[in-house]
Amino acid sequence: MRLLEYQAKSLFAEYGIRIPKGVTSTNIEQGRKDAKVIGFPFVIKAQMAVGGRGKAGAIQKCHNADEFELKYPEIMQKVVKGEKTKAILLEQMQEYKKELYLSMFLNRSKRCYTVIASSEGGVEIESVKNQVIREVGLGHVDKNTAEEVAKSIGLKDNSIEEFVNLVQKLSKLTIEKEAELAEINPVAILNDGTLLALDGKVIIDDNAMFRHDELRKFQEVSELEERAEKSGFSLVELEGNIAVVGNGAGLVMSSLDMLSDHGGKPACFLDVGGGATTETVYDALTLISKMKKVKGILVNLYGGIVKTTTVATAFIKAYEDKIIDIPVFARMSGAEADKSKEMLKDSRTKMFDTVEEAINAAVIGVNKSG
Amino acid sequence: MADLFEILIGKEGEKDYKKKPVIVQGITGKFGSFHTQQMIAYGTNIVAGVTPGKGGQQFENVPIYETVKEAVVATGAKISIIFVPAKFFRDAAIEALEAGIKLLIAIPEHVPVRDAMTILELAKNKDAIMIGPNTPGIIVPGIIKIGIMPATPFKPGRIAVLSRSGTLMYEVSHNLSVANFGQSVSLGIGGDPINGTTVIEAFDMIRKLDIDGVVVVGEIGGDAEELLAQHIIDTKFDKPVVAYIAGRAAPKEKRMGHAGAIIYGTYGSAESKVSMYAKANVPVAKRPAEVPMLLAGKLGGKKG
Repeated sequence: MRLLEYQAKSLFAEYGIRIPKGVTSTNIEQGRKDAKVIGFPFVIKAQMAVGGRGKAGAIQKCHNADEFELKYPEIMQKVVKGEKTKAILLEQMQEYKKELYLSMFLNRSKRCYTVIASSEGGVEIESVKNQVIREVGLGHVDKNTAEEVAKSIGLKDNSIEEFVNLVQKLSKLTIEKEAELAEINPVAILNDGTLLALDGKVIIDDNAMFRHDELRKFQEVSELEERAEKSGFSLVELEGNIAVVGNGAGLVMSSLDMLSDHGGKPACFLDVGGGATTETVYDALTLISKMKKVKGILVNLYGGIVKTTTVATAFIKAYEDKIIDIPVFARMSGAEADKSKEMLKDSRTKMFDTVEEAINAAVIGVNKSG
Repeated sequence: MADLFEILIGKEGEKDYKKKPVIVQGITGKFGSFHTQQMIAYGTNIVAGVTPGKGGQQFENVPIYETVKEAVVATGAKISIIFVPAKFFRDAAIEALEAGIKLLIAIPEHVPVRDAMTILELAKNKDAIMIGPNTPGIIVPGIIKIGIMPATPFKPGRIAVLSRSGTLMYEVSHNLSVANFGQSVSLGIGGDPINGTTVIEAFDMIRKLDIDGVVVVGEIGGDAEELLAQHIIDTKFDKPVVAYIAGRAAPKEKRMGHAGAIIYGTYGSAESKVSMYAKANVPVAKRPAEVPMLLAGKLGGKKG
């Protein structure tokens, strides 16, 4: 779960990390009140789970009420890399000498946390040279390591002690909240040498959420994604018109790739999990029926242990119950495939031996229906 | 480090050569019981189950114990497969490692990263191997199946398959089998961000086997493929390696089902993986069915 900036900052504040004064709103009426609280000039920041907001004009300075009336609605309407503005943060403007980069990052291949710091902040970390990286096991950063990092990025005087404190607070947050990433970019060095978190990005381990009821309030899932989660599915909604369903994340991704290669446009990624029963497939079809844009369904199931006839039953039942009325293009490997084909002969579900054939038919079929 | 195949198969002359005893933790659950039956049917030597509160009972003639310790003492098993829900995985895995288990097959999906890292550290201290979490397990076709994979896609042979995805491991192995490339082993790395056995570690475990080639089934997320490509170059591995990568069409910053399948910036993207593989002379199939074709091309007609 990726937290929005203001959510990440509320965690920072909880751990004693200094943040600028800021207020969050979702409509201009509230925004006007917030503006009075903060006082001009301030920064208007779109809250969306994506990088590159500044360049896209989703973060802008605001000097007076006229500007505010213009910019607030504009930023509220922003879409950056497909992500919409979820809320607006008004934040006090800060004067500072320098920007730094700091993060705690779960390094998957090294299988440990790393502290990453740089004397160059405010840009995406991929493009930052002079990175100082230290491996820190399960995430605890001792004072010596933190101090050594501070000196390596050229900090001096009271900024060293400030930085050591900051790293240790961020480390505590990472461990206790089970974050995969906790990033402050940039960290501002103020004129008095103290440090302030100007931006924040925190990603929480979704699988650890059962231990973190306190973070549930930040969880934002669409109604459909929530339904999917209840059934034990994973769903990612996409832009196209062909729903892609399968058992196993890899297999569904693979189907998505092949569909795109053939010019098809996936409407969603739906993984029903390793097994495939009549119930799971019926539930998946029910879920897809809620997506109005879907014109056809591509199903790729690797059965093996499962009999394909149990899956075929689900399709027939879904048509009978009028859950779906759109064509299904299915590839099901596994036992009794011939019998399944026979069962589905007169339905709108067409069964194919290979996924390639199913995809071809889906792309042609859906394009024809417009 | 412990040797995977010595634990899994043993050495010729040993009484339990190719019949190594295996414990099932969570044997009475819906999932665990079904797959215990499937493993027994395949010929895996399941000697004990563990379910707290059901010690003394039996399942499919397999005795059930209260603790892993009791099961290990009674059977001498060094291998355990864990089926418990993700929330209970950490405790179950600690119990297994403390009881002397040397090969842990961790099936559960949705194990928190912190728990996986904790167990991994303990496993290292105990000189044990963990495969998973979120793995379909491991199969040596015709000999032993410890996992949840169906038996039908796999055929004995001389190709090693490593996969970060479960169903794709079946799909690719099936395609290989149909093309007469049997497998010497198919091993599921797992779809999580933290793997008990990484792709590189698994690669080093299988490279010394008497095999004709390796197939690596990957997906977006992380940099396992990039590192493997570099490792192949650095260690001058000279047998054919063919790869497949799922998720080329996936959007950035969206978790595609697997906890580990997510792209941040360019980190974890398919392009990055394909270009590193190209440097290591590893062709990447566009679809699972293309894997045996590329392998045949690499082997120059020699069949596995």
